[in-house]
Amino acid sequence: MNHQFLPNNEESRQEMLKSLGLNSIEELFGCCIPENVRFKGKLNLPKPLSELEARRLLTQIANVNQPASELVSFLGGGVADHYIPASVNHIISRSEFYTAYTPYQAEVSQGTLQNIFEFQTLICMLTGMDVANASMYDGASALAEAVLMASSVSRQNKIVISQTVNPQYRETVQTYARATGLEIVEIPHKDGQTDLEAMEEAIDDKTAAIAFQSPNFFGIIEDPFPISKLKEKGKKTLLISVVDPLSLGVIVPPGDYDADIVLGEGQPMGNPVSFGGPHLGFFAAREKLIRKMPGRLIGQTEDVDGKRGFVMTLQTREQHIRRHRATSNICTNQALNALAAASYLNLMGKKGIQEVAHQCLQKANYLKEKIDALPGYSIPFNGPIFKEFAVKANRPFQEVQKVLVDKGFLPGIHLEPYYEGMDDWFLVCVTEKRTREEMDRFAAGLEGV
Amino acid sequence: MKDRDLIFEKSRPGKKGYSLPELDVPQKQDLLPENLQRKNPAPLPEVAEGEVLRHYINLSQLNHSVDNGFYPLGSCTMKYNPKINEDVSRLPGFAELHPYQSEEMTQGALKLMAELEKYLCEIGGMDRVTLQPAAGAHGELAGLMLIRAYHRHRGQDHRKKIIIPDSGHGTNPASVTMCGYETVEIPSDDKGCIDLEALKEVLDDKVAGIMLTNPNTLGFYEENISEVCRLVHESGGLLYYDGANANAIMGYSRPGDMGFDILHFNLHKTFGTPHGGGGPGSGPVGVKDKLVPFLPNPMIEEEDGKYFLDYDRPQSIGRVRSFFGNFGVLVKAFTYIRMLGAEGLKQVSEDAVLNANYIMEKLAKSYHLKYHRNCMHEFVLSGKKQKDEHGVTTTDIVKNLLDHGIHPPTVYFPLIVEEAMMIEPTETESKETLDEFVAVMEKIAKMAEEDPEKLKEAPYTTPVRRLDEAGAARNPILKWEPKG
Repeated sequence: MNHQFLPNNEESRQEMLKSLGLNSIEELFGCCIPENVRFKGKLNLPKPLSELEARRLLTQIANVNQPASELVSFLGGGVADHYIPASVNHIISRSEFYTAYTPYQAEVSQGTLQNIFEFQTLICMLTGMDVANASMYDGASALAEAVLMASSVSRQNKIVISQTVNPQYRETVQTYARATGLEIVEIPHKDGQTDLEAMEEAIDDKTAAIAFQSPNFFGIIEDPFPISKLKEKGKKTLLISVVDPLSLGVIVPPGDYDADIVLGEGQPMGNPVSFGGPHLGFFAAREKLIRKMPGRLIGQTEDVDGKRGFVMTLQTREQHIRRHRATSNICTNQALNALAAASYLNLMGKKGIQEVAHQCLQKANYLKEKIDALPGYSIPFNGPIFKEFAVKANRPFQEVQKVLVDKGFLPGIHLEPYYEGMDDWFLVCVTEKRTREEMDRFAAGLEGV
Repeated sequence: MKDRDLIFEKSRPGKKGYSLPELDVPQKQDLLPENLQRKNPAPLPEVAEGEVLRHYINLSQLNHSVDNGFYPLGSCTMKYNPKINEDVSRLPGFAELHPYQSEEMTQGALKLMAELEKYLCEIGGMDRVTLQPAAGAHGELAGLMLIRAYHRHRGQDHRKKIIIPDSGHGTNPASVTMCGYETVEIPSDDKGCIDLEALKEVLDDKVAGIMLTNPNTLGFYEENISEVCRLVHESGGLLYYDGANANAIMGYSRPGDMGFDILHFNLHKTFGTPHGGGGPGSGPVGVKDKLVPFLPNPMIEEEDGKYFLDYDRPQSIGRVRSFFGNFGVLVKAFTYIRMLGAEGLKQVSEDAVLNANYIMEKLAKSYHLKYHRNCMHEFVLSGKKQKDEHGVTTTDIVKNLLDHGIHPPTVYFPLIVEEAMMIEPTETESKETLDEFVAVMEKIAKMAEEDPEKLKEAPYTTPVRRLDEAGAARNPILKWEPKG
């Protein structure tokens, strides 16, 4: 069969077979695959589509969805609808970037390598940390890897983690912990923030790490300084901080409060929401932990002529060299998503990252106050917020949602599935993309429920 | 002249590459307590939009990629990435769909995933598939967690050994360790396949399972695969299929029929989604019925034509990441399978295998071939002859390929072949390209005889030449810092 993806025609195939001394392709497969494991039938798949038909089908499927962009979205929870400068998509659409693979041959991969080196630098600038890796699968798996790393560094088994950390991240950590035998102690929240007393009580000599998130899942900026101080209660306890990268435009960076490992979901930096993936996790740490870090690291060096160049480095941590003694099984990262993130940060620059964070902060607080003043709604938690906040209605969220969706809004995330007793609660996210007019209409819509 | 400065070195105060509307709500002070405020702004570069674009376009031109040349990187399946996939995955109905939207609003996406699951089940001969894992290695980890959960459920958690042949991918043992298991390595026999006697010796009631790639990393179909499966099952272990090499067998042989219980596919290898310079990939995991209850949450189910996410699965290992997987990649793999269908996928495997055998036979004339028999989609050539006779290593040989605009094969892997060059042409290369590659390889072999010293200095024409990797590891510079 000839197909647009397959460049060999029948004539070439026959010539190649002939050069092998074979008469048919069947002879070739027949001598390789034993008869008893040969698949005799024809795969039961839909018949092949032309490009036009495929485009039509995929457009039809896409149209069955009602994307968030067709409504006014207040959905967040770690993935949010932020401004993506037009050039980002043009940069990641360069096929020299997206049709290359892991830069095993540095001489012909300097584009990918230099970009990752710049990405590592940008993440360090943002977080105030010493080193960053080339990226992880997403925020949730980055936290799971951080927990494993902390356990390996401290040679301890217990992880103390706040329940204000994104529930999906905690579920992922639990999955990894069950496989590796880590003990996970979850600390309840008090007024939407980590219960510090309970956390202090849980920390002992066996505690490998304390993990918290700020802004936390409820949107509240937790004071990291007292949490960081709790490290002293353990012996070799590390502090793992989960952050929203954009919040670091205005919020104190983890490098200022002695965090040991910093990670988060990188989607807000130039990646579309895309039904939850592909996105990226970013991962940074203190210098002394470099050799225990998971994931790829790119380093600067020189070629034989003394020209600056970049290579994959400290690979003795990695699976392809170290096999069962590797620090992690990660080999690829999310390079193309990291390219989007790096171009985003370079386009936004020093001022843009502050402005975007400032707008999120101002707009979210504007809507929060507005909703707080509405009859039938309250703001249950007191702490300062960045771009998200919890709302309590006087009826189940499902009812609120139904009315608001009909009016063209995605009102937020229902909190009940993640926190018991929160059937009337929902999480509202306001990015720099929302306008005052949209927020005023939204508040009016809520009032009308 | 290519502009190679770092973006930070191009930064000048006051430049910007973005624009935002003015803040349209009344600005409030004191929203952030003093101690939570950032004192010094992050020193991100200040560059104009056009400058950022030029920076990246120049960077992109320093890369070798599938779209600008032959890329026979073994076991990575660097095939052509269809452009329609890039277009459709960016449709607003996919790219702008938020993962917290309701099932009613996301029926198209759920249906696409449910259909893709069915196709992968059919191709792999499995009963159910989870699309959640983000990459092959992530799939391996999830698969091992499934093995662990299965044995635990049966009161067999004392089974802690995972058998891996010495030709296995490095990710296999690394994943084993992460899952709290230990690796038991077994040697290959003189034909490059699993040594049945060695396997029998390590099989006991401590074995949790075995991880295999088939065809293996030497490019050979494991001829005793049925016997391997029988023996492992008999000892109470499970069989895991690493799908890195699945491009060789579509429509010809199915891991489920061979006897495997679990597999992962690499959508970025077999199903034409781009490698992205090292991700995003996607590593769906398929299982037989007995392992279905343990699959990660959520699974996608259908009832009366309506799709929903099922979290009510008490024996599930839990989730291995956020949400449902690398959805954008799934859209591309779905489109790829629909455009090829059963006939097309079979042709893909045929052409991939034919291409590999064609160049293997040609190159066997000038290079050493440790195992000389028909291969599947890839084969492992050796630079041993050139090394022994002329002191030219495999590194020297492949660095010369760079000067001819060809990406080197995977080198020094698998470990059981000296001076290994693992070559996988894929089905998307024409005979003309293969002939050119063979000619270049023959030329290099000839140069090894005539002017070995010249070979050892290559490459000459690449953006940078051989780099000091030892120095980079000894004195790691992992980020840019301002001078002084």
